[in-house]
Parts: sequence; structure tokens; C-alpha cells
Amino acid sequence: MPKLRMTGRGLWITILIVPPLVFVALFIVYPIVSAFAYAFFDWQGLRRGEFVGLDNFWTVLFVEPYRSWTINAFSHNIIVFFALMVLQNGLGFILAYALWRELPGARFHRVAVFLPVVLSTIIVAYLFKLFLHPLFGVVNISLKGIGLGWMAQPWLGQGGTALWSLIIAQAWHMVGFPTLVFLAGMQRIPGEILDAVRMETESEWVKITKVVWPLVAPSATIVFTLLFVGAFNWFELPYIMAGLDGSPFGSTDVLGLYFYRTAFGNVSSGQQDFGLGSALAVLIFLFIAVIAGVITTRLRAREIQL
Amino acid sequence: MSAAANTYYDRRGIMGTLGRDGLLQIILIANTIIMLAPIVIMVFSAFKTTPQIFQSPFAIPDFTHVGNFLKIWTQTNFLRYLLNSFVVTGASMVLILTLGTMAAYAIGRYQFTGSTFILMFFLAGLTLPLKLAIIPLFMLMRDLSILNNQLSLIFVYTAMGLPTTVFIMTGFIRTLPNELEDAARMDGASEARIMWAIMLPLVRPAMVIAGIQNVVPIWNDFFFPLVFIQNDDLKTLPQGLTTFMGEYTTDWGVLFSGLTLSAAPIILIYIVLSKQFIAGMTSGAVK
Repeated sequence: MPKLRMTGRGLWITILIVPPLVFVALFIVYPIVSAFAYAFFDWQGLRRGEFVGLDNFWTVLFVEPYRSWTINAFSHNIIVFFALMVLQNGLGFILAYALWRELPGARFHRVAVFLPVVLSTIIVAYLFKLFLHPLFGVVNISLKGIGLGWMAQPWLGQGGTALWSLIIAQAWHMVGFPTLVFLAGMQRIPGEILDAVRMETESEWVKITKVVWPLVAPSATIVFTLLFVGAFNWFELPYIMAGLDGSPFGSTDVLGLYFYRTAFGNVSSGQQDFGLGSALAVLIFLFIAVIAGVITTRLRAREIQL
Repeated sequence: MSAAANTYYDRRGIMGTLGRDGLLQIILIANTIIMLAPIVIMVFSAFKTTPQIFQSPFAIPDFTHVGNFLKIWTQTNFLRYLLNSFVVTGASMVLILTLGTMAAYAIGRYQFTGSTFILMFFLAGLTLPLKLAIIPLFMLMRDLSILNNQLSLIFVYTAMGLPTTVFIMTGFIRTLPNELEDAARMDGASEARIMWAIMLPLVRPAMVIAGIQNVVPIWNDFFFPLVFIQNDDLKTLPQGLTTFMGEYTTDWGVLFSGLTLSAAPIILIYIVLSKQFIAGMTSGAVK
């Protein structure tokens, strides 16, 4: 290819870099930037109306009934985040620690703990929806079978238990992920350090809190950040298990559902508003970006101290 | 003392150690049962009739009742959904790996002005959820006239897969030795030939990692088809599953068979390639 040689490396690099750049620019950067722009306009269905400044933001934050919906969904996301922090990441840490000791069967347990992670959320959501069925679901049938029939209830059908059912299904689905990230972190701890600690103390607790935990801090930063981002744009599992309205009575509504409903509408409300939807998207975006940034820098700083 | 005592596992303090490891072993076994039970019940139920599922949900079936599967095979669009998922995932993966390798190769192998900026550009939005930009994406696909067309999914998945792929592969490509390349250049090989014949074969391990990291979320994605695809003949498996579950609400045998059939391909591949899967899916977080 003499022609290529003549025009040189510059052209070759351009050929390599431009097509992928176009994809990212067109389908990631442009939509994200546009989402911000859209939020400042009034929308009539798919048609953009006039510039309305911060009106859309004002509406979703301070005007009823949007204000209550926003607060309701947001508060559920916070519950989800903290619950998953304990159930998913906390349990993940314990499981990682158990796997790390390489007890008999550790390899099998490792494969098993990650198995649900590869399943589609839709499969997991339907599976749990069927299991939690008030009459025919295995959960209530087993409770009755072991003489705890009084505990059987319509798990997804009442406000008090619906959100928690979703959280447990989510934790079951994803617990393998933090487990294996923590495990990888533990496996990188040098043997000499552990030998030194063994001389110093017999206490498992001291070993975990003073040695293992600080040394897996980089893994912790990553799983915390990913959980945070995941919890605040949670959509598929509540959508399938509880429906787009966050039923019953909004008790399972989260920002993802609320945003989707506001933007694309649903059968019962019939409303579709790209302006309000975009304002919500921007607020969720900013919230995630700011907090994820804080988590990362704060925890990174702490890692260095340790 | 056994050889195990020389490893870094603390096996001293007899009483405490036994109790400790025993407790951890119990935790692991309990957890594995909790992880596997739902999947096992799902597969068992797929081979039962609806009354059998209600009467004895935990009984082991004899696996001869395949009526549910036949029903799915002959009466639903299930095969079509499966095929669509293959097409969309396959096309996206080809594009991701081709374009991702191109970009990573340029950034990792050549020094040029703006290469750091371009890398940053690719990494931008690595954690920000693209889901929240769905309104502009929807409008964009409409303007490109590819709403209700599999291209819309392929394009979005490709763009979504590029950041992680470029990230993983740039790091890997930078570690490759220069000697081979220099020798080839002395022999007068073109840049394209150097990349294709010399460097690419070396990059394969990173491509496998990047491939696994992208293939699972793309195969499993539900959100983008939900917004972009209306036509039932174009639906992917997770999206088609919702249609299917809606049609058979009372026939639980068929419901469980549908879930089992949807889960089977990825479970089987995972069991065979669990090591690569785990490495691939956690690689971004472990680095």
C-alpha cells in the first residue's frame, strides 16, 4: 500500500481512531449532553416547544403531586441502597472471607455464588415473582409446610413487604459480584503480611479489621461505587416484579420507574412529558455523579492513609 | 504439622480454628443452597404440569414430561426471540471487538497529540448510566429512522461496550514488547500489516476478557429493547420473555419452562467456562 505509506502514520491513526470515536460521540456523549439541553424546554409529545429555563426542575422538585412522587421514589432508592450495602456487599465480604480460606469445596462454592450473576434480571424477577405468589408460590407453601403458616402473606401485594421482597431478590441476584471482587482483593494480600500478623495476634477479629479490611479497601471503593450507581438507576427488577407504577400504591416506586413513567407515560396516567422526564434524568445524573465522585475520592484518600 | 500449616492460612489455636472454619464452612454451604435452590426449583418445575407444581413444588420430576417445552417450541415466538438475541448480540460483539481493538491499538501503540484526551473521551461515562439519556437516544434513533429496527440496539450496545473494551485493551496492548514490531518495520512491513499479522494474535487474551465483560450484559439487556423495539418479530429474548409471561399467566408449567429455556444457554456456557466468565466479568473492578 504505497499510498498509505506516503501520507504516513497520521492517516493510519485516523483510520483506526475515527470509527470508534464516532460511535461513542453519537450514542453516548451526544445523548448525555442533549439530556441536559432537553430539560430546559417545554415538550409537546415528541415536539420541542419553547425554552422554559428551570421550570421543569422546579416542577419535579417543588410542585405537587410531582414533589411527593419525587420524594417517595428517592426515599425508596435510599432504603434500597443501604439495605443492599448490608445484604449484598456485607454478605459478599463474609462470603469472600470464607472462600478465601479455601476450605473443602471452595471452588464449587465459588462457581455457585456467581451463577445468579450471569442470569438476566428479567429471569430473576419472574422467578421471584412466581415464588412469592400468595397462593401457589413456594415461599408461602414452604412456610405452611413447616408449620409457620401464619407467616405466609401476599409478599408483593402489600406495602410493608413489597420493597423488601425486591431488595432480597436483587441481593440474591448480585451477591456473587462483590464476593468475587473482595475475594480477588484478599488473594492479593502478600503471605508475609499474614504471617507477621499471625505472630502478633490470635484474634480473627483483629486480623479482619486491622489487616484484611484495610488491604481490600480498593475493592471496597469499587463495589460501593458500583452499588451506588446501580441502586439509583434500578429499573428492570422493580419493573417486572412490581410494575411500572411501583405497586402497590407506590410502595416500590424508585427513581428509575418514576423517570421512565414520566418520560414515556403509562396506561393509567397517560401522561408523557419529555421535559419533566429530562429534568428528572438530569437530577439523577448529577446526584449519581456527585456522590459517586465523593465516594471515590473520600475512600481513595482513606486508602492512602491506611 | 501438615503442609497446610506452612501456608498463610491460620490453622493454630485448635479449638478456635476448628470452630471458625466450621462456621465458615456452614455459611458457604448454606449460601450455595440458597444460590442453587431457586434455579433447581425452576428446572424441576419446567418438567411438571401446573397441578403438579402446585401440589408438590419440591418433588423431583421424572423429566419425561416435556409438553411444556413442546408448547413453547410450537406455539410461541420463543425461537424467534432467541434468534434475535443471537443476531443483536453477535453483531454488537463483532463491532465492539473490532472498533475497540482499533482504538486501543492506536492509543496504546502510537504516540500522537491528543491521545490522552481521546482515551479520556472513551472512558467518559464509564460509570454514568446511559439509561438516563434514553429520551435523547430515543429521539436520535427516530431521526436516524432505526426505531423498531435491530440496528438501534446494535449501535447503542456497541457504543456502551467501547469504553470498557478500550480501557481493558489499551492497558494490555501497552504491555506488549516493541521488539517484534520494530523488526517487522525494519523489514518494511506496513503499519496495517504489523497490526494484523504481528500484534493482533498477541492481543487475543485481552479480547476474550473484554468480550465476556460485554456479552453478558448485552445478551441480558431488557431496557433498550423495551424502548426501541415494538414489533414482536424483532424482540430479543429478555423482552420476548415479558410477552410470553403475560400470555401464559395461569399455565405455570409453561412459565417455568420458558424461564428455564431462557436461562439454559448462559448457565451452560457459564458452567463450562466459569473461570473465564468470573475473570471477564470482574476484571474491570479488580484492576
